[in-house]
Amino acid sequence: MTATSAPPSTRRTALRVASKDAVADGIVALTLVDPAGGRLPDWTPGSHIDLVLPTGEGRQYSLCGDRWDARTYRVAVRREEPQLGGRGGSSWVHDVLAVGDLVEVGGPRNHFHLHPAEDYLFIAGGIGITPLLPMVEAARRLGARWRLVCAGRTRASMPFLDELAELADSTAEQDDGERLVVVARDERERLDLEPLLGGLDARTRVYACGPAPLLDAVARHCPPGQLRTERFSAAEPPAPVRDAPFTVVLQRSGAQVEVARDVSVLEAVRSAGAAVLSSCREGTCGTCETGVLAGVPDHRDSVLDEAERERGDCMLLCVSRSRSDRLVLDL
Amino acid sequence: MTTPPPARALDDLPALDLDPFDLDVLRDPLPGQAALREAGRLVRLPRCDALAVGRYEDVRAALANWQDLESSAGVGLSNFRTEPPWRPPSLLLEADPPAHDAPRSVLARVLGPRALQRLRAGWAADAERLLGELLDGLPGGAAVEADGVIDLAAAFPLRVFPDAVGLRADGREHLLPYGDHAFNAFAATDHPLVVAGAAGMAEHAAWVGEQCQRENLAPTGFGAEIWAAADRGELTPAQAPLVVRSLLTAGVDTTVHGIGALLHALAVAPGAWEQLCADPSLVRVAFDEAVRWSSPVQAFFRTTARPVELGGVVVPAGVKVLVSFAAANRDPRRWEAPDAYDLHRDPSGHVGFGMGIHQCVGQHVARLEAESLLLALLARVRRVELAGEPVRHLNTTLRSWESLPLRLVV
Ligand code: FES
Repeated sequence: MTATSAPPSTRRTALRVASKDAVADGIVALTLVDPAGGRLPDWTPGSHIDLVLPTGEGRQYSLCGDRWDARTYRVAVRREEPQLGGRGGSSWVHDVLAVGDLVEVGGPRNHFHLHPAEDYLFIAGGIGITPLLPMVEAARRLGARWRLVCAGRTRASMPFLDELAELADSTAEQDDGERLVVVARDERERLDLEPLLGGLDARTRVYACGPAPLLDAVARHCPPGQLRTERFSAAEPPAPVRDAPFTVVLQRSGAQVEVARDVSVLEAVRSAGAAVLSSCREGTCGTCETGVLAGVPDHRDSVLDEAERERGDCMLLCVSRSRSDRLVLDL
Repeated sequence: MTTPPPARALDDLPALDLDPFDLDVLRDPLPGQAALREAGRLVRLPRCDALAVGRYEDVRAALANWQDLESSAGVGLSNFRTEPPWRPPSLLLEADPPAHDAPRSVLARVLGPRALQRLRAGWAADAERLLGELLDGLPGGAAVEADGVIDLAAAFPLRVFPDAVGLRADGREHLLPYGDHAFNAFAATDHPLVVAGAAGMAEHAAWVGEQCQRENLAPTGFGAEIWAAADRGELTPAQAPLVVRSLLTAGVDTTVHGIGALLHALAVAPGAWEQLCADPSLVRVAFDEAVRWSSPVQAFFRTTARPVELGGVVVPAGVKVLVSFAAANRDPRRWEAPDAYDLHRDPSGHVGFGMGIHQCVGQHVARLEAESLLLALLARVRRVELAGEPVRHLNTTLRSWESLPLRLVV
């Protein structure tokens, strides 16, 4: 048949761990390469890949390497303590995964696109720097003005500060002060958002990534149209719009399946034979994103923004449901 | 890391006495493309001061490698770093990441599966109407003579695509000459086809420029969706009209010539039409195989962004490299009996739409146009044959027909 590549949500390849380095307290960076030395799929700033754990579950990590090196991916993984809600993915990366190992990778996918602007303010909390690092590099290459604020517990807990300092140094002079501001809680006062975001120029776009309290605080201070965030934990979803079952049609295979109240669309389409990769199963990671060809989804995820929901041309199968009697999916 | 390649100078590369834009070469480009493939992996073209690749593997590798082979210095012969472009560069074709990222992702979504799903039924009906105008009232077994270009390959895209974009009805006659000139302009400014096309250009370009503005586009359609993306901040207001312009530049002539190639193939390739009648599910293969076989877009240039190893030689930065889609699409190293139009083959992997981050963003639109027309043709016509000698239309970058006399037997 004609060249139709597999939808990104089902694309998986095995990559080799070429290096594993401690880059900050409790954080390792992995460099992944194609075992045959080939090019890896192209990506854009804000993209993430899924690392597939031995259990078959996936975990999302933002790509934070250099796009101009087509043969390596870099991700950084912070050790999450299980009692603090970590679910074993990070300890597997830290304690088990070794240089030379092969690891299944899904993606890359991008739910956190960098939109064009003349002026950017990036706000990173801890490991939240990972999606922002390639954005800073893009802003530098585009000749846009940019500032980056990195907040964290201690300086030693914040990865890539030396690379960021180099990026700041290699960007042309700008008139309004420091380009890179590091706020380590054990050294300075806490990050004060009021002076940073109050009186923000209407042309400035704010990209923020980090723990939920930081993002909530940023959202309180920043006009919504100027802010894009990526959060790693689920928002509380509203009740489904409809209680009655609905029908899902898989356009490519022609299969149809009835989705009862207590079954997710994801489970339903998998039982109908569609190999959809999933990961968080709580609507935060975007792994199960699928194109919607007809029907109106009831979006219950934390990935899509308002405009994307309104367009209704894709949905997260693990949590989202249907408003209409019928949904036709690009599967 | 790879070991450094054996030191070989550019001067040691095989040289080919070929000007790919020469009018005689454009009339019959196949021998030059074969010579390019056979001369070596990387070949010098002293007549246009460029290097060239034509073997499938090397063409594919060059197209994938946007990091080393950039597009923002222009994908024609002229180097935008030293010569000003004839119009503001395309935000897609003539751009590199990161500037390329946002326009590409917007257009990829606007031309994505859901948009096309909405158009499918309407386009099928339009294709039926178009054939009805040619064939209604004919008794079974009768034949009608038609021009495959004017009556079908150009008529159909011009009927459906401008509506899908949301263009107003008057002035659409500017579209084909505008696109034709834009594709010619990848050759040198003093090329006879460029000189000839430049004459009416101001008028065509002015019309096209106007249509890209929000107020001149219908409230629904590809154009309006591009502006809606700008409203959401996914593009700047300055980028939106240029992204619309890309649709109008690259979305008309290419499709016309792709469908023209398809009709020509079905009229001349022994058994192809019968095969298609027996199995209409081959329509998609039929179009992609036609794109492989004829390569409506023949080649683009890249420019080395930094010293890069190509075909065993380190090429310094700033060198133009011709990447011949057409040569690769008929490379016997990749394709069995490459000169045959063959519906039994799997044409997947052809580079007729390019490859990599610049791969034709409108390819699904082109496929749907071709599929709609061909299905309607299959439903109405029992045989398609040549009714006269087809005449080539010359363009420095496109391979196309000026006229394709066909006899349609109902
Ligand atoms: S599996 Fe994570 S969003 Fe659905």
